[in-house]
Amino acid sequence: MNKTTSAKSRRHSGTFVERTLTGLVRKTERALFAEEIARADGLLQRLDPRVKIVGLLSLVVTVTLSRNLFTILSVFALGVILAVLSKVPVRELALRIWLSALFFTGAIAVPVLFITAGEPLLRIPLIGWTITAQGLTSALYLTSRVEATATLSILLVLCTSWSSVLKGLRVLHVPVVFVVILGMTYRYIFVILETARDMFEARRSRLVGRLDGRERRHIAAGSIGVLLTKSFYLHHEVFLAMQSRGFRGEVYVLDEFAMHSRDWLALAGFAVLVGAAVWLGRQESLQTLLNLS
Amino acid sequence: MHIPDGYLSPETCAVLYAAAAPFWVVALRRIKRLLNTRMVPLLSVFAAFSFVIMMFNIPLPGGTTGHAIGVGIAAVVLGPWGSMLAISVALLIQALFFGDGGITAFGANSFNMAIVGSLVATAVYRVVGRGAEITATRRVAAAGLAGYAAINAAAFLASIEFGIQPLLFHDASGAPLYAPYPLAIAIPAMMIGHLTIAGIAELIAAGGVVAYLQRSNPSLLKFTAPDAPELDSTRVRTPRSMRPLWIGLAALMILTPLGLLAAGTAWGEWSANDLADPAAREHITTVSQGQAPPSAPPEGLARLSEIWTAPIPDYAPAFLSSPAVGYVLSAMFGSGLVILVTTFVGWLFGRRREKLTTTTPIE
Repeated sequence: MNKTTSAKSRRHSGTFVERTLTGLVRKTERALFAEEIARADGLLQRLDPRVKIVGLLSLVVTVTLSRNLFTILSVFALGVILAVLSKVPVRELALRIWLSALFFTGAIAVPVLFITAGEPLLRIPLIGWTITAQGLTSALYLTSRVEATATLSILLVLCTSWSSVLKGLRVLHVPVVFVVILGMTYRYIFVILETARDMFEARRSRLVGRLDGRERRHIAAGSIGVLLTKSFYLHHEVFLAMQSRGFRGEVYVLDEFAMHSRDWLALAGFAVLVGAAVWLGRQESLQTLLNLS
Repeated sequence: MHIPDGYLSPETCAVLYAAAAPFWVVALRRIKRLLNTRMVPLLSVFAAFSFVIMMFNIPLPGGTTGHAIGVGIAAVVLGPWGSMLAISVALLIQALFFGDGGITAFGANSFNMAIVGSLVATAVYRVVGRGAEITATRRVAAAGLAGYAAINAAAFLASIEFGIQPLLFHDASGAPLYAPYPLAIAIPAMMIGHLTIAGIAELIAAGGVVAYLQRSNPSLLKFTAPDAPELDSTRVRTPRSMRPLWIGLAALMILTPLGLLAAGTAWGEWSANDLADPAAREHITTVSQGQAPPSAPPEGLARLSEIWTAPIPDYAPAFLSSPAVGYVLSAMFGSGLVILVTTFVGWLFGRRREKLTTTTPIE
């Protein structure tokens, strides 16, 4: 094989195999990053997982309930303060969460500036399009809400180990069987991720020729098929292992959490904050504070 | 299509949680009866598999890649109830641990993708594949179409959920509080991407996996096809072309009842002409709680409508009097256009690469 062909084949076969590989590795890294922060000694890490789940999820709901920008931005600021107090690196948060949310939702929100009917606010020179106050407000509602809720929900997993999050879900009356399934799913995601990564790496190391579209699709579908077959064998092995240890279909979760005084204090704090945010969020008069219309 | 938090109002989220809950309960009961002690490991491993599949890049015709949800595969292998549970669990893990899709919107995402997706995929797979042998090509086509129909049904539901937000929820000044686009924008915006890129990714994934399993592990396909005739092991099956699948896709595009719901003018989507027309003005006044529209179109609107005359105004060519026919044609035209452009770009890049390599001296 000559040099040019091999260079070409690298480019060609690289596209989807490599992109999938990068995606798989990135997912694993992200989970490891979360586990690392969850072990740090910060404000949220010290709290009972049940308090965190109830508190942070209630704040997420208040953000979606809020009818003015002031409240949404205040809760967002609260999320940032909690992140700092919990030793979550703000730079990472900005890069991983805020920027990606801003790009995705920001792009969706841009046309709203121009197409929403309302009072004209600003005319873009040259193209002559008019930004309306209502359009700007609406775009801000969407992006600030997405940023605030993304920050709060990521704080929950960043500051709690996943097994505690799952057990803590019991307070939301998630059935035990679901909690167990969720826990096992999370565990086997990494097993299957690793299998998939090995498969793609093996495939990449064997690829030298150029693949046309049909062949690439064959490889992709074949890989999924192989993974499916492997998953079925895996489930069978897991089932046998569970059965041999006495599993008869009933599932139990060890409830090892205990509420300390600081947990009660934090719960009260969350209750006050959520109450205040819900009340503030209903005040339409607050619109004049930040609204442009 | 994973709806993040903040796009849907809490009311919409609550309704969709309530809509999803009975399906979860029924699915859990049925699967438990069917699998008994095997349920927990099967659902866990399959949910983990669905999660990993969502990250695969599926190569599409034209050189691009897309992601599949895997609902077509799940429904074909596990049946509707197992599929909706496995996909819901995968979606919950995505929302909780990886920030893909919102926590308040989890009910909506599950309802669209896991529940309706699984039901649609199962229905299409059963109808198209009815009576076919396990190793028949028709089963490949059935699975591909099942995936394609499922993802588009889910996207259609999501677009309706987006589209009703500005109608129902705005603040005192009239600014939409949540997803800001009305149905007439949300539906085409969502559907064009899903009828083409995402739909085809799902089609290739589901059809391709069934074709693979037919060759390597046909027993996995038996669960959802109890009516299939017994396998004839002496017959050697040769791989056939995927043409029936592409024909099926074209048929599906024609049948898409896209945008029929959005016929008529949506609130707030009046054109400059509507503001001048007395009949339309009266209509606007009635739907705006008695508030009369301005007598002349706002300057900005008039200017905008002069500058931007879309190639397909109101999504329907002028010569078509029926809005329904026009809408469907526009959707097909739009999807066709996207396929054409991606194929062309892919071909262009392919040519450039070939050119580059042929001009390089060969050692």
